[in-house]
Amino acid sequence: MSDQTQGSELIELTQPLPGIRANFSKAMTVLAFALTGLALVPLGAVLFEIFFKGLPYLTLEVLTSLPAAVGEQDVRNGFANAILGTLLMVGVASLGAIPFGVMAGIYLSEFGKEQPKTAGYIRFATRILSSVPSIVVGVFAYGVIVARIGGFSALAGAFALGTIMLPIVTLTSEEALKLIPTSVRQASAALGGNRFQTTFRIVVSAALPGITTGVLLAVARVSGETAPLLFTALSSQDWPQGLLTPAPSLAVLIYQYSTSAFPEQNRLAWTAASVLLILVIIVNVASRLVTRDRLSAR
Amino acid sequence: MQNPNNPSKSNAGETVIQLSDLVTDISVPAIQVKDLSFYYGTLKVLQGVNLDFRQNQVTAMIGPSGCGKSTLLKALNRIGELESKIKIDGKVEFFGQDIYGSNVNINRLRSQIGMVFQKPNPFPTSIYDNIVYGVRISGQSKSREELDETVETALKGSALWNEVKDKLKKSALGLSGGQQQRLCIARSLAVRPKVLLMDEPCSALDPISTLKIEELIQELRNTLTIVIVTHNMQQASRVSDYTAFFNTDESRIGKMVEYNQTAKIFTNASNSATRDYVAGLFG
Repeated sequence: MSDQTQGSELIELTQPLPGIRANFSKAMTVLAFALTGLALVPLGAVLFEIFFKGLPYLTLEVLTSLPAAVGEQDVRNGFANAILGTLLMVGVASLGAIPFGVMAGIYLSEFGKEQPKTAGYIRFATRILSSVPSIVVGVFAYGVIVARIGGFSALAGAFALGTIMLPIVTLTSEEALKLIPTSVRQASAALGGNRFQTTFRIVVSAALPGITTGVLLAVARVSGETAPLLFTALSSQDWPQGLLTPAPSLAVLIYQYSTSAFPEQNRLAWTAASVLLILVIIVNVASRLVTRDRLSAR
Repeated sequence: MQNPNNPSKSNAGETVIQLSDLVTDISVPAIQVKDLSFYYGTLKVLQGVNLDFRQNQVTAMIGPSGCGKSTLLKALNRIGELESKIKIDGKVEFFGQDIYGSNVNINRLRSQIGMVFQKPNPFPTSIYDNIVYGVRISGQSKSREELDETVETALKGSALWNEVKDKLKKSALGLSGGQQQRLCIARSLAVRPKVLLMDEPCSALDPISTLKIEELIQELRNTLTIVIVTHNMQQASRVSDYTAFFNTDESRIGKMVEYNQTAKIFTNASNSATRDYVAGLFG
């Protein structure tokens, strides 16, 4: 042993990289930063373009008035009805999708282990549903509701949006619930807690920030959906008249106004896009805040 | 502290009918394991265990890894069933009641046989809520004052009160590992169990915290039956009244090798494997 120790040589711990490797390393670092910057360019460009063209016309009047007929001068012009319509349809969609989605997530995470086959099928179907193109969901809602009732309606729009939300809520809820360690479930069981108490009082309440994040992301995602609404809610120039009549929405308004021949409508489309973007950013930031609260509590 | 309930072997297993009599008669074992064999799926992990856990005594279960001591512990409150499919032969009786009986309410069982886990596992809520959870779910409606009192008693019982009395509404996750473990003990005490199972409760803790938990065990044995699994033989010799030694052979099936008063196991064991193990020759 001692022979070996004495025989071994003490070597320098620092060894400079050969010139070619040092330069290669620098070049790759620069490249990585450059590509990251490049990837951010489209995001920056979109935000800049929309806000640059939209924000100048964003006034209280725009946010509180109905659309004016084309060509009318000195009339209050805006898209308050579309904001309301979007909120209405996203709201109704959430009322349907969140309870079902969260429950499905609870099933997959808490009870799926006992029925791995059933849970596997449900998870697979949910994944597929989450990647169905939104226009297909629109056609589906058209077939299920519009064709039956015999007319476009806010309800059909909400149904289409809810169908898009459902798999997002389900999958994110499942992930959030799975993050809660098994030891916590065991602790509850060891105190005499039954499955219902363990699941709802302990696991779901601990996973609530994660579930909320998923829900908010789903809301943000569907508030900009246009294709399914074209088939279902259509649009209207008036305030939303309840669930069974066509309803205006920001997304469809943007679609119609941006392809319009009238410059003032084009301008409003930019403004509506800014408003929609601001709403989505608010929801995203809210979800971030909820997540951060959870992290700091740990 | 002097243990008032001196273990006496007299009049055990007499004509006892009332459940309350069983509990007051200190010579009746709290848990009796009768010829228990235990399987995970079809894999046999324990064979033919006969063991009585005496009331208000600390029983330690020691043995090398994989000898089935934790499995047996988890069989006593049926918590192992949460993780995997299990099968048993034989019987486990809690004050004469077969806990694997077909109409046993598993949640009532677990509220009578509390458990402290290897790693502290407080709920991610406040200290206060951690303790009242078990009381709330048991369905007893209690007033605010009664709950406050329960929390104070439980925390005093686990020697944590002085450290946390000013921050009961703070998150339990902010406590140190040792405090969290004592909180978990307090949480179990709050539902007033008759037996407390401890699965290597100190293995994740530093020596000072370990010492506190061991002192606590000495306090609790006045009113509770404690079963503790430990890898630490010094700990077993310090805290327990009785020790069961488990071992396994090439078959990988765990068996109970020897059970006796702790002093006997550590100084004068009858089995050579037990002597070797407590001498630190293997395991």
